[in-house]
Amino acid sequence: MAAKRTTLRDRLAHAAVPLLFALLCVFGILVAHISPEFLVREMLARFSRNAVLVTALLIPILAGLGLNFGIVLGAMAGQIAAILVTYWGFSGIAAFGLAAVVAVPLAVLFGIGTGLLFNRAKGREMVTGLIAGFFANGAYQLIFLFAIGSLIPWHAKAMLLPQGFGLRNTIDLYNMQYAIDDLVKVRITLQGSQIRVPAVSIALIALVCAFNLFFQRTRLGQELRAMGQDPHVAAASGIPVDRNRLIATVLSTVFAAWGQLFFLQNIGTLNTYSSHEQVGMFAIAALLVSGATVSRATVWQALIGTLLFHTLFVVSPLAGKALAGDAQIGEFFRVFVAYAVITVALVLHAWQQARRARI
Amino acid sequence: MSEIRPQAEEAPPTLLAKVLEQVREIGFPRLMIGLFLLLLLGTAWGTHMDMPGLITDCVLRIARNGVLVLALLPAIQGGVGLNFGLPLGIICGLLGCVITLNANLGGWGGLGLSALIGVGLATPVGMAYGWLLNRTRGQEMMVGTYLGFSIVSGMSIFWTMAPFHNPQLVWAIGGHGLRTTLTLTNAYDRLLDKLGAFSIAGVTIPTGTLALFALLCILVGLFFRTRAGLTISAARSNPRFARAAGISDARTRIQATTFSTVLAAIGIVIFCQSFGFVQLYTAPLLMAFPAVACLLIGGAAVNRATLSHVIVGTVLFQSILTVALPVTSQVIQGDFSETARLIIQNGMILYALTRRER
Repeated sequence: MAAKRTTLRDRLAHAAVPLLFALLCVFGILVAHISPEFLVREMLARFSRNAVLVTALLIPILAGLGLNFGIVLGAMAGQIAAILVTYWGFSGIAAFGLAAVVAVPLAVLFGIGTGLLFNRAKGREMVTGLIAGFFANGAYQLIFLFAIGSLIPWHAKAMLLPQGFGLRNTIDLYNMQYAIDDLVKVRITLQGSQIRVPAVSIALIALVCAFNLFFQRTRLGQELRAMGQDPHVAAASGIPVDRNRLIATVLSTVFAAWGQLFFLQNIGTLNTYSSHEQVGMFAIAALLVSGATVSRATVWQALIGTLLFHTLFVVSPLAGKALAGDAQIGEFFRVFVAYAVITVALVLHAWQQARRARI
Repeated sequence: MSEIRPQAEEAPPTLLAKVLEQVREIGFPRLMIGLFLLLLLGTAWGTHMDMPGLITDCVLRIARNGVLVLALLPAIQGGVGLNFGLPLGIICGLLGCVITLNANLGGWGGLGLSALIGVGLATPVGMAYGWLLNRTRGQEMMVGTYLGFSIVSGMSIFWTMAPFHNPQLVWAIGGHGLRTTLTLTNAYDRLLDKLGAFSIAGVTIPTGTLALFALLCILVGLFFRTRAGLTISAARSNPRFARAAGISDARTRIQATTFSTVLAAIGIVIFCQSFGFVQLYTAPLLMAFPAVACLLIGGAAVNRATLSHVIVGTVLFQSILTVALPVTSQVIQGDFSETARLIIQNGMILYALTRRER
């Protein structure tokens, strides 16, 4: 009886977070008088842009690694691949496909690096991942801002800064813009204007989700789940914990690389030195908005979270403008929400962990 | 140490072994960073740069940032780990500055009152923060980092909406919302820096700021020799034993966190005074990371730090940050110092996080 009541309360608590955000979104939409046409257009684009990045977080959570702040490195791998295929002059679906292939070895390498760090910093994987992202950003700058064109030969002078070395701050990816989104052109008409439906992207996102669901049922997936529940018991029962943690990190990093490619092909431009920086924060906040926690997240939560968070992201500057006459406040608000959601989730997780440790 | 010595007496140590032992004593990263600094200074010397000017800048930055690094020490002493929640204290100090500026208070009174308001705000904030960290044991660093991020971004909304009306602080257009940087000219710009400042061989010494940093170091050092201070470090090094002796480590951790937050508030007021500007909005967002890196470069670990780590680390890291830009810009175009900072700072933190504790 008592157990049943807790589950009901838990379920309500889980639903409370997404419900609160849904209400916030609806409130914002009403206040800012956002038209359905604008909303549908934005949501389709933003959903197809971000969903894969968010699902990249699922496997490490299953394995008990917590929120993988190291997906920034995966995003970097995707970005490097995008830069390379642009340099090689590919375009369209060939560019995207090749980038997806080139990104894999890079992401595997970065994933192994992060995974090894995580294994050395057990119990503080999240802060290690965060700092690893910052560090990788420095290394990335070293290569792309200083080494390219000076130490590394680079023939596409148009991509370089006027000083003759270092990549420009933005790189046009028109060669692969909408390569996946418009592979099969689908348009719907709403309120007299055409809206792009990224059908193939959505299909691929579904495929990624299906893989995640399937993966949880494989032997490795079950081992990861056991590790997530109790690493000591898992180790005692013969599961190679360190190796599996490494695999989980690598998988997450590879998905993050592909996720970043989805993002870039939709956006169509690449901010060389900043596109990847906040990937981790936004993906993690989106996941947590759905009521997922540091130790439990499902595929559905990833999808719902992406939708809710990005609705809020579109709506809040407009609502801020309507309410306070200042879009800036809405922008501050959405950044605050992203950080606050992560903070609350971290506090709740650590609180429960500490309480469990005391019992 | 004592376990190694008998072996060393058996066979006279070779030169290599001696060198390796020395390296271990100093710490490999500290040695590398020291050598990097020497390389930079050597380059500056070799290319006939304005050495006294460079050293003046170094000393100034060391004095300016010292207290913010010192603020991390109590947290480590109390067993809370690296206090990435430093922005909480920083925000309190900034509020102090903004309030006095809004009231047009300048000079020593303004400076003192800013620090006082900062301390007054930081005390309850630090206590609440410490209380939270007690309930989230094991994840203090992550909770601290994101709590800091949240507060800084939440305060961005506050800065735009807060009822400050002094025309020198708010945007000229619209008449509300604080500006991103407030200038301290006519208030207490460089007041401490100039106090008793003197030149020696072309190097200007910001005596006041430096002396205040030294004074606070001594005070913190003395505090950890008093009964209250010893209780804090005893509870950190052996919580169970401390509990048996009637010390609650939950209480000492709150004291340590509060102390750290208060020092951060004082630290930012000193920083602003020397910098000449108060930076609001996202400026404090990442301020904890360079400070943490300073302490770690000094040789501290996640659970162990001393005053000498604070001083050595601040001197090494701040000197590198100061010297790197002018020196490297002679060789390469572009701001290399920012990239170097990212790599050194975060590499150092990563090293400390992944170091196997003995």
